[in-house]
Amino acid sequence: MATDYKWPAADQRTMIGKRVNRVDGPVKASGRAKYTYDLVRPNMLYAQSVKCPYAHAKVTKIDSSAAEKMPGVVAVLPINDVGKEIFWAGTDVVAVAAVDEPTARDAVRAIKVEYEQLPHLVLDEKEPDLSEAEKSEWYKVALKETSGDPAAAFQQSEVVHEGYYGSPVIVHCCLESHGSIAEWPDSDHLFMHISTQNVPGIAEQLGKAIDFPASNIHVHQDHVGGGFGSKLGLDPWGVASAQLSKKAGGKPVKMMLDRKPELETAGCRPSAYARVKVGAKKDGTLLAWESYSWGSGGVGGGGSPPIPYVWKIPNQQKQHVNVVNNIGPSRAWRAPNHPQACVLTMCALDDLAAKLNMDTFDFVKKNIDLLDPRSKIYSEELDVADKLMGWKTRWHPRGDKTAGAVKQGLGLALHTWGGRGHNSNTDLTIHPDGSVEVKMGTQDIGTGTRTSILQVVSDTLGIPMDQINLQIGDNTYPRDSASGGSSTIGGVSSANFRAATDAKNQLFAKVAPALNAQPNELESVDGRVRVAGDHNRSLSWKEACSKLGATSITAHGTNPGEGDLTNSGVGGVQMADVSVDTETGIVKINKMVAVQDCGLVISPKQAESQVLGAMIMGVSYALYEEKVMDQTTGTMLNSNMDSYRLAGLGDVGELVVHLMSGPGYDERGVIGIGEPPTVSPGAAISNAVANAIGVRVPFLPLTPERVLEALEKAEAEGARA
Amino acid sequence: MSDQEDVKGPGISRRSFLKISALTTSAPLVLGPTVLEVEGQEVHVYGPGKTPVTLNVNGKRLSANLEPRVTLLDALREKFEVTGPKRVCDRGLCGACTVMMDNKAVYACSVLAIDAQGKQIVTTDGLAPEGKLHPVSAAFVDNDAQQCGFCTPGFVMATKAFLDKHPNATKEDLHRGLGGNFCRCGTYAGIKGAVAQLSGGGQQKGGA
Repeated sequence: MATDYKWPAADQRTMIGKRVNRVDGPVKASGRAKYTYDLVRPNMLYAQSVKCPYAHAKVTKIDSSAAEKMPGVVAVLPINDVGKEIFWAGTDVVAVAAVDEPTARDAVRAIKVEYEQLPHLVLDEKEPDLSEAEKSEWYKVALKETSGDPAAAFQQSEVVHEGYYGSPVIVHCCLESHGSIAEWPDSDHLFMHISTQNVPGIAEQLGKAIDFPASNIHVHQDHVGGGFGSKLGLDPWGVASAQLSKKAGGKPVKMMLDRKPELETAGCRPSAYARVKVGAKKDGTLLAWESYSWGSGGVGGGGSPPIPYVWKIPNQQKQHVNVVNNIGPSRAWRAPNHPQACVLTMCALDDLAAKLNMDTFDFVKKNIDLLDPRSKIYSEELDVADKLMGWKTRWHPRGDKTAGAVKQGLGLALHTWGGRGHNSNTDLTIHPDGSVEVKMGTQDIGTGTRTSILQVVSDTLGIPMDQINLQIGDNTYPRDSASGGSSTIGGVSSANFRAATDAKNQLFAKVAPALNAQPNELESVDGRVRVAGDHNRSLSWKEACSKLGATSITAHGTNPGEGDLTNSGVGGVQMADVSVDTETGIVKINKMVAVQDCGLVISPKQAESQVLGAMIMGVSYALYEEKVMDQTTGTMLNSNMDSYRLAGLGDVGELVVHLMSGPGYDERGVIGIGEPPTVSPGAAISNAVANAIGVRVPFLPLTPERVLEALEKAEAEGARA
Repeated sequence: MSDQEDVKGPGISRRSFLKISALTTSAPLVLGPTVLEVEGQEVHVYGPGKTPVTLNVNGKRLSANLEPRVTLLDALREKFEVTGPKRVCDRGLCGACTVMMDNKAVYACSVLAIDAQGKQIVTTDGLAPEGKLHPVSAAFVDNDAQQCGFCTPGFVMATKAFLDKHPNATKEDLHRGLGGNFCRCGTYAGIKGAVAQLSGGGQQKGGA
């Protein structure tokens, strides 16, 4: 009989869905967790590099002779040799490995590089003229699309709003910078410690880059200090460390980025700006969308934001132009393209609702059918969020009319994401002494992957989490996938559920005779294997495993596989309550509410942390973050953590998380939660600010300067009118 | 400029600097300071070569030969493999390298190793013996105040130093007291919960 892989019903779950502490919490909170950056390998060398100061240039001359002669310098490696074209400032040109870091830095200063400067563009917020964009090398027309009959629909619209919105390029700012330690134990084997979200994928990428068999590259990582989408692929630094180590006779070479290059060159979230026109009937029925959008995906151009976001507006006309500029490498940033699309859409619709004199909450409910296929989820979530925020009792029409300079307002936004489990493989072994081992080539990027795997295995085998020895973070273990796209939880939980179910069934087959029962009559609960319905016939887990004799059981679990254990497509609603000081322009977050669905929740404590973290990251990009570029020099002006400001502990207000769960949600299976709650904060906070001060601040981040500018502009327009 | 020459600062004035003469011209291989005479006083000048440095870290005496430009953070991490303190901004801006020096929270990236001699340095690694958790670390675990965990050791030390000084902290005290540390994953709700638990307020994750 084929096994029916089905998550246990709510009353059968022992560890799935339980609030447990993160299993790697103690090692992290005691400072004992070792990250790539922390490792000191025997005889390790330190690498530093000469970086191109120009945004666009060609390398014309490299003189590293002085550096090569310096005591302590072991290897010098051109990364972008003479003749190579450089596309953004901070790009590595020549790397040096030396006995210690100060020597490596001295050597870098002794290297002379000459460049031919080429024309650059680092700005992106200026609206490109479409006819010029079609001819210019700085622009790529990415999208021209019409659906329905937008011209007729705008004719029918009784209320039309036109607005201007945007979200700038921001960076990932992982606290552990990008980098690696490479060493060659012998000329046939390369060993990499690397800070990555993709332990299983690095060997192929690196093998290709250095023309070396992936099978001979060992990759290991225990902990990673943040990735957020910027550590999915192999970096030039990974390649350089491997090559420097080779040149240095195989000695370990550590190459970690300093903070400045980390912010300049280790990842950009593309910008998105748009002129949006939306039309509705007087009763709020949404009819038409028109947008002309643009943004920078860096030198590659990039895609286009999915607008109108989540709304199936029947009549649409859309054009998108990519600004091909030298701002830095575009990389996935937690929910790629969604936060930008959410700002462009939800802010325009919030302005339309204001023009209709409607509460945005009612406007969304009025058009709920356009949120197909998640209309029901959004509707339920809006009601929960309303209760948690007190929206219906506290909402006021646009512009807080109370006295005083500090104005209060509410805003909301909606979002979606996929999150189906990725390809996973795991090996689960039950030893005759009762110990259990799980090996899996995945990684825990801070999302609680270790904890979730252990909860699933513990629940399925009926033994405590601390009796299971889980090993991850190594490419010699069964292959998992990169942790990206909120795909890890669905993959690892499904694969381990299948493996644990199979291993348990194999164990039951061995144990059944001793209990005078059939294998399918057995269950494993609370550390005992027993006959269901007759608990007197039981063995302790250890006794049961001893029936295996001298042979352990190893079950291999995969995802995808039999049974609907993971799913895709979630909805989320967020509401923000802000205060804005109209004299200083300072925005303060009073409270945020996130209502999120993610199917069956394996590990609620860690899932909530994902949502809380996403909201906090959201406050950060809504209020503070922007990669500020200088067109004259082509460089980033705020490449350190004082001027590239992240939200601090005192900036985030009260945060409330509600996960939709139970009937209607659990049976969908496990769905990832890392990215979706990152999407809405920008739009929700911008809408709350507009509700507070009565005018739209068009671009994120909502800095005091931008808030005051919007207020002054509105005042000047009021005076003219 | 002339009127500034006689200004006596905490260090050596420009005029006295001109009067400096070396008493000993040490050979480059000799470790230890060069002794200069400044206005009749002997002044020990270290570097640029390596010099012996002894630190008291988590109750242990640790010695190494370091260039004077090496920070306490780099000495801890690269020479002594004490890696609880993290190197993130390396400019005293983010708090990830926070350690306690004579019971005061300091950014280890902004203290030179030679200046940290003779002081008691405590890092998260030394708060509790291996296998045990200090109450501050335990409160971080209970409140899930770590995700990637890279900022966590710095936050734990900043929290310990803060609570030692402010056992009955208000919300505003807390926002200011822990305002010198940053987290990218967004663990502030958990950290606030940890502080509330430690100051007797119970768990209140998510609370403002």
